[in-house]
Amino acid sequence: MAHNTSKSVVLMVATRKGAWLFHGSEARHAWRIDGPHFLGHVISHLVLDPRDGRTLLAAAKTGHLGPTVFRSTDLGATWKEATQPPAFSKAPEGTKGRAVDHTFWLTPGRATEPNVWYAGTSPQGLFRSEDGGMTWKPFSSINDDPQYREWMGTVQDGTPDGPKLHSIILDPRDPAHLYFAMSGGGVHESLDGGRKWSPLLKGLDVVEGFDRSQPTFHDPHCIRICPSNPDRLYQQNHCGIYRLDRPSDQWVRIGRNMPKPVGDIGFPLVVHPRDADRAWVFPMDGTSVWPRTSPEGRPAVYATRDAGGTWQRLDAGLPREQAWWTVKRQAMTADASDPVGLYFGTTSGELWMGHDEGSEWTCIARHLPEIYAVEAGELR
Amino acid sequence: MKIVIPSALRSYTENGTTEASGATLAAVLTDLDQRYAGIRFRMVDEQDRIRRHIRVFVNGEQVRELSHPLKPTDEVIIVQALSGG
Repeated sequence: MAHNTSKSVVLMVATRKGAWLFHGSEARHAWRIDGPHFLGHVISHLVLDPRDGRTLLAAAKTGHLGPTVFRSTDLGATWKEATQPPAFSKAPEGTKGRAVDHTFWLTPGRATEPNVWYAGTSPQGLFRSEDGGMTWKPFSSINDDPQYREWMGTVQDGTPDGPKLHSIILDPRDPAHLYFAMSGGGVHESLDGGRKWSPLLKGLDVVEGFDRSQPTFHDPHCIRICPSNPDRLYQQNHCGIYRLDRPSDQWVRIGRNMPKPVGDIGFPLVVHPRDADRAWVFPMDGTSVWPRTSPEGRPAVYATRDAGGTWQRLDAGLPREQAWWTVKRQAMTADASDPVGLYFGTTSGELWMGHDEGSEWTCIARHLPEIYAVEAGELR
Repeated sequence: MKIVIPSALRSYTENGTTEASGATLAAVLTDLDQRYAGIRFRMVDEQDRIRRHIRVFVNGEQVRELSHPLKPTDEVIIVQALSGG
């Protein structure tokens, strides 16, 4: 039996033209809009620090200017720019070094690591801050490791707005255990605090004709760890939906159980805050030339309640036809309330909420810029 | 010397013009960054390349190298180039 135990939920919405906060009422039926912040900036990710429920970090750039990170300790009333944003090491004279185009992903450190944040960039780079996001340094050796550089490929090998390092995941039980993913470049795991990394690719499919043993051909779109069971991960990949139950290193393609006309291609994946058997995806059309729209123009979330054994379509309240938007990999999330609220932002600038685990959808906002990321947090 | 700042960078300088000194463009940008922390990295990447949509003109001539020598009487104009919609 679900109870309405909702703390004060705030949504962090990052878009191609700025960022917005949406403050939910106690019942999450009304939302107060706060924004735009950074109007005109490309905001790839806006994250609330769950360790204090007040601090925000924003990954920003503009069309003209280089990338940076902004930090607010008063929920966006004032912002301070990083004095040393994520940046690659200067290349030796005569060699061509990489430059960060944008910071794409932000992950707050563990509860036991105050002021620690991790960042993933485009092109692929892994960075860490120990002072709340004001100064950043390359984390581990992968940014310059010859093997990892080969697996990362070139900028031309990546997604249309650049190859990305994303899904930086911290095992909450073990400070030495981390994961990250690269599009392209595969899923990787460290058991020693980030000194050494190994690919974690068994069971994952790649585009037909390519060698699945090579990390460079793998394109994980979104990885999530289950808060209620950190031994379980889910993945939405370029080639299907997967589940991994550790200590096994074998991903299982649970997307094979999706309805065949819909398929199991998409970008975002969301896990339940308290039940590791429940997860949600937002399928897209990955046929022929990859339209990357909702299949047949009929958007829907698909839910599993049995760890991917079966899937149910959730589209009550969503457009029934001729809706061609889709949802990017960071633009779908869940709050931690009971019952769980789901949220997604669309490429057409609409923000939707799925009440009661997605059983009924309502539109919170329209006419925003293209939405890149949606996160839900709880204020303190 | 006089430095003309584009609108995209006035959140740092609060003005369309400012002063900075140095014997090269690199030195002037370093001086600017000391006055307005963070401004250099928005214009120049970590490999010391002027960013794709930033242009620098010295006395009306476009300059592409940070090693370009400067005199105290020169005027440096920083421009944001077209970057799409």
